[in-house]
Parts: sequence; C-alpha cells; structure tokens
Amino acid sequence: MAVVSYRDAVRGALRDEMLRDQRVILMGESITGYGGSYAVTKGLIDEFGPKRVMETPIAEAGIVGFAVGAAMGGLLPVAELMTVNFALLALDQIVNSAAKFHYMFGGQWSVPLVVRTVSGFGQLGPTHSQTFEGWFASVPGLKVVMPATPADARGLLLASIRDPDPVIFIEHSLLYSTKGEVAAGNGEATEEIPIGSAKVVRPGSDVTLVGYSRMLLQALRAAEVLERDDGVSCEVIDLRTLRPVDYPTLVDSVRRTHQLVLCGEDWRTGGFGSDLLSEMQDRCFDDLDGPIQRVAMRDIPMAYSRLLEKALIPTSDQIVEAVRRLN
Amino acid sequence: MATAPKNRPARAKRVRTRITDPDLPLGLTPAQCRHMYRQMVLIRRFEEHAAEAYAQAKVGGFLHLYIGEEAVAVGALNAGRDDDHLLGHYRDHGYALARGCDPKACMAELFGREDGLCHGRGGSMHLAEASRNFWGGYAIVGSHIPIGAGMAYAMQYQQRDQIVLDFFGDGATGNGIFHEGLNMAALWNLPIIFICENNLYGMGATLAEESPVSEMKIKAEGYTMPAVQCDGMDVLAVYETIQRAAEHCRSGKGPFFVEALTYRFRGHSMADPELYRDKAEVQRWRTQDPIPRFGDFCVEHRVCSPKELAQINEEVEQQMLEAVAFADQSPWPDPSEVDRWIYAKPIDPEVNALLEQDGASALLAPEPEVKEAGV
Ligand SMILES: Cc1ncc(C[n+]2csc(CCOP(=O)(O)OP(=O)(O)O)c2C)c(N)n1
Ligand SMILES: [Mg+2]
Repeated sequence: MAVVSYRDAVRGALRDEMLRDQRVILMGESITGYGGSYAVTKGLIDEFGPKRVMETPIAEAGIVGFAVGAAMGGLLPVAELMTVNFALLALDQIVNSAAKFHYMFGGQWSVPLVVRTVSGFGQLGPTHSQTFEGWFASVPGLKVVMPATPADARGLLLASIRDPDPVIFIEHSLLYSTKGEVAAGNGEATEEIPIGSAKVVRPGSDVTLVGYSRMLLQALRAAEVLERDDGVSCEVIDLRTLRPVDYPTLVDSVRRTHQLVLCGEDWRTGGFGSDLLSEMQDRCFDDLDGPIQRVAMRDIPMAYSRLLEKALIPTSDQIVEAVRRLN
Repeated sequence: MATAPKNRPARAKRVRTRITDPDLPLGLTPAQCRHMYRQMVLIRRFEEHAAEAYAQAKVGGFLHLYIGEEAVAVGALNAGRDDDHLLGHYRDHGYALARGCDPKACMAELFGREDGLCHGRGGSMHLAEASRNFWGGYAIVGSHIPIGAGMAYAMQYQQRDQIVLDFFGDGATGNGIFHEGLNMAALWNLPIIFICENNLYGMGATLAEESPVSEMKIKAEGYTMPAVQCDGMDVLAVYETIQRAAEHCRSGKGPFFVEALTYRFRGHSMADPELYRDKAEVQRWRTQDPIPRFGDFCVEHRVCSPKELAQINEEVEQQMLEAVAFADQSPWPDPSEVDRWIYAKPIDPEVNALLEQDGASALLAPEPEVKEAGV
C-alpha cells in the first residue's frame, strides 16, 4: 500500500495496464507533451511513445468514433475527453455507436472502450462547470463509473479497461489532489474493483446517505457533523458505479436505517438523483419512515463569480439540513 | 502471383476457371466478370423483392434502396480483398450482398426475424456480419467515418495488411464528423479508402443546396490525400479506381478518397414522393443503368452470351424467391430475449454486493480548495 493522489492513482492504473497489455492505447487532446489538461497522463508519452499515447485533433466526436473503431479492430482504447462539457460533442458516438453495436448487431462484437472525462467547477463559468452523469447513466449499453477515492479510481479504471463494454469513467477535477491508500501497482487482476458495486464507507444506523464522486466527501463530512452535534448515526454509501446501480446494497441499508438522503452534484431536474429516488421509492416504500431527500445542484447555469458559484454548489451543510428535515 | 508453398498437395483436381482473354481489361477473368454481373443483378433483385415485401408490410421502418448504384459496391468490393474491413451507410444491402452475406439472412433481417444477420435487432439499415469483416450499415449519417479510421489505425498498429473501405454519401460530407474522420486519417497516414457515393442528393436536398462545391473530392483534397472521381455507373471504372486506391493504402501511403458519380433510381426511402427531382432526370440516368451496361460489355467481350446473362437473371430470381420464403418462415425473435446483448459482460449487483467493506478514514481528507482547473 502507498498513499497517492487521485491523479496519480489514475495515471498509475493507465500505466500498469499499458505495461500489462500492448493493446491498450490512450488518445486525447493535449495528453502528450502537455500531459493532459489535469496532468493525468504526464510522462506517459515518454514511456510509451506516440503510437500508444496519441495526441489528437480537437475533435471529440471524432476521437470517440475513432476509439470505437480501434476497439473493433482489436485494440483497447482509453479516450480522454478533456472535460464532460466537451463530451457533449461526442454524445452521438457514445450513445449511437459505443452503446449500440453489441445489441444492434446481434451480439456479434462488443466495444471495449473507456472514455475518461472530468466533472468539476472552480470559477469556470456556465459552459465549463457542468456534470452530466445522469445523461450517460440513462443509456443502456453504457457502464458509468464515478470514483471518489484514489483506491477506487485505480481499481475501477483497471476493471473498466478490462471490461468488454464501453465504460464512461468520470473523474472529478476537485479530487485530483486528494490522497488515499492505494494498492501498490503490479497489475494484478485482484486489484480490480468490480463495476456495479457500491460500498458502505461508514456504517450507521439512523439514516442512509448516498453519494458519489466529490459528493461522497460531502456526505462523510455531514455524517461527522450529525454524529457530533445531533447524535445521529449516518450510514454513508459510495455509489461508485451509476450504471448499473448496486441497488441491493442501497436497499439493504435503507431496510436498517429507514431514512434516505441522495447527494449529487448535477441539476435537480432530470439529474441522476431523480432516477435513484424513483427507483428507491419503488423498492423500499414500506421501509421508509420519511420522504427521500435530495441534495442537488439548483437549476441554474453555473455562474463565474465566486460568491455566485458558491451559492450554487451543493455542500455538506445542505446534507446536514436534509437529514435534520427528516428527524 | 505468389508461388505456392512447396509442401502444398498437387492441385490435380482443381479446375482452372481462368480463361485468359486478352480482350478483357484490368487483368480480369471472364469468371470475375460473370461474378460481378451476377452480384449486381443479385442486389437489384433482392431490393425489388424487399420493396415488394415492404409494400406488404413484411418489412417495417425505413427501407433505402441502392437500385442504380450497384456498380459502386460491386466494383469496389471485388477490387479490394475479401478480408478488408467494410463499413457503409444505411443504404447497405449492396455492401452486404457484394461482400457475400447470405441473401436469406439479409432478407430475414429486413423481415425482423431470428435468422436475420443481426437476429432482428438491427433491421435494414444495420446489416453486419463480423465474420466477413463487414462491420455494418450505419444509420447516423457520417458516424462510421471516424470509426473506419479507428479500425484502420488498429490494422496499422498491429501491422496487419488489411485496409478499410468506408462508404458514405455526398450528404455526409456536410457533417463535421466527415471532416474529423478525414483529418485524423490523413494526419496518421491510415490505410483507409473513403468512398463517397455522390448520387446528387442527400435525401431531398440537391447537391447545390447542401454543398458549396459539386465535387466532393475537393473537400478531401484539403486533407492532402489523393482524391479522384470515377464513373459510378460503370463497374469496371469503380473496380479500376479502387484497385489503385487499395494498392496505395496497402503500401503504407495513407488514405485515399474516391468519389463515385452515381444515381439512385428510386426514392431516398420507400416513403419518398420524390418531389425534388423531375422524372426526365431519372430517365436520363436510367440510360446509364450499370447492369445492362456491364451486360453489354460482357457480351461484347465474349464473357457470356445474352442467353447466359438471361440465365444468370433467372437463377438469381429463383434465389430471391427462396430468400423471401426463408424470411417468411424464419421464426420471430423471442420477446423474452429482448434484453440479450445489451452488454457483453452483464453485471450482477447481487454478486458485487459481496464486496468487502473497509473503513472510511482515508476519505476524510480536508475539503479541496475550489481552484483546481486547467482548461
Ligand atoms: C446525423 C443524421 N442526420 C440526419 C439523418 C437523416 N438522414 C438519413 S439519410 C439522409 C441523407 C443522406 O444523404 P447522403 O449522405 O447523400 O446519402 P444517400 O442517402 O444519398 O445515399 C438524412 C438527412 C441521419 N440519419 N443522421
Ligand atoms: Mg446522396
């Protein structure tokens, strides 16, 4: 075990998989000399060269389409889309190509593709501060992964690259410098964290908080506050995978706590939490002692100015308030 | 010609079909000519029957006929190798049949049956047969252009000598994805032939309405790849051009763009009332019909007699009747299997839930400052 940053955990997983399997290639904008806009791929060009670390034109749809084709031709491409905002230009290739071929062509082939992209904000204004995981998660044929910790970033990325289906792997710009213990990379299969498994990261008995990516950290913070100030015991679950959702783990928790708060960073309307809420209500209505609560982004484009931005971003305080509404 | 390996058994029983005919261009044999003629007739008859079945509501959704354009697929696919990778757009029956897919399985796909090439999941616009390296009809205009480039990269990377043949229409050249795909193919010197079937229309839009230039090759020239036009109503012209293009790609010289000038005799799809073009124009193009045109060539060059051509037509017609009967009798896909093939590796959360759970202390790092962004 070693303590590494989320960024280094992602890079380490890429590197180890590239060492292990010649078929793995990276492609993306400014991922070679520049090292990637979040410095995730820094140095990999020196080690693996331009055939395996491909500097691409600024062409998101083209990049993903190309990666789909490379996957069909026998490679294991990992395409980086600089941020999820730019992934919108590639939606067609993600939804109509990557997600469809296995089904549409009657199971004749699959598309072992990973699209790595990044959510987050930080005074970047309306076009550069969005998060669209709910959109991707609504598409059958895709798998959607959003790790919160360095260990999960590594384990889930290994699983994603080895998976025969297209995986949308969404990192968070505000997590890159966070640190955590990660298995020392030796490319062992056992390091994989299976796609589709949530994780109870803090056991508790009074209320279940479900988060993913950066909102997991907010949920953990809220759980501490609630324990200290209110004597409320929160069970915190890291969803980790948004498609498929590990409902058994969620349901099991709610059967014990009877209260549920869903924490997300995407818009309240049509956000991923809407879907989770509806499904959890279906599965657990009789176990619930109160209405499922949601913490989400307000339905407003993200503003640039610091205070305006702050007024929009979901926080641990909002999670605390949501729990207090229930009790 | 490559010499046979020494340990190969003697070919005593093999019948030589090659009758060298100094009269035939491009090193073609009479057998190859007959094969190409038969394939064009096969596509024509297949689609006539498909149209009939559509009128009887046996085929649903959209049906785009290739009638009039047969020379492009047939000339191109006979010029390339059988194991070259093939991608095309939704007007795809011609690609499938010229690649050798079983017309029965193609028809069954149109009928939405279990024996269809894609088990009724894809339909007319999405035929594919991976075992023949036919990677499909693509119904999102232009989407398969970068996909083809990616496959070409995979060949180059793995040092395999197959090339990619990627077919699309004139309309696709107005889409950004066309330019992204060509840009990457040229940038990385990829072994792919872009075959633009310029049939003068993108659905109901005339060329003049959809493009500032009437020659699609001009758009490719900007990406520094060789770009040529050929008569898409002449199977031999297509054959010759693609042969040249394939040689270029296979020898590592990068992508090649071929614009086949062609015309669809029928509407864009079965639903098209064809208000945007006049009948006289269609009639003019019909005089260029690639099938009788090549039939005449075959007779002139003593490849076969008119009687033999008629016989090919009859045989194909019989084959098509069988294909329709096969499709009619093929079982419907089982609705209980509608969720098959969503994933190659389906995920069972019940199994994953057994995952070990450890403490959360590592996660309680201080909240990161909201400042990290480098874009
Ligand atoms: C991205 C996209 N936009 C629109 C359509 C609807 N559409 C289907 S075919 C077509 C015309 C395409 O024309 P062209 O590329 O010239 O091919 P042709 O049909 O003439 O063979 C259109 C607009 C589509 N399938 N995909
Ligand atoms: Mg056209």
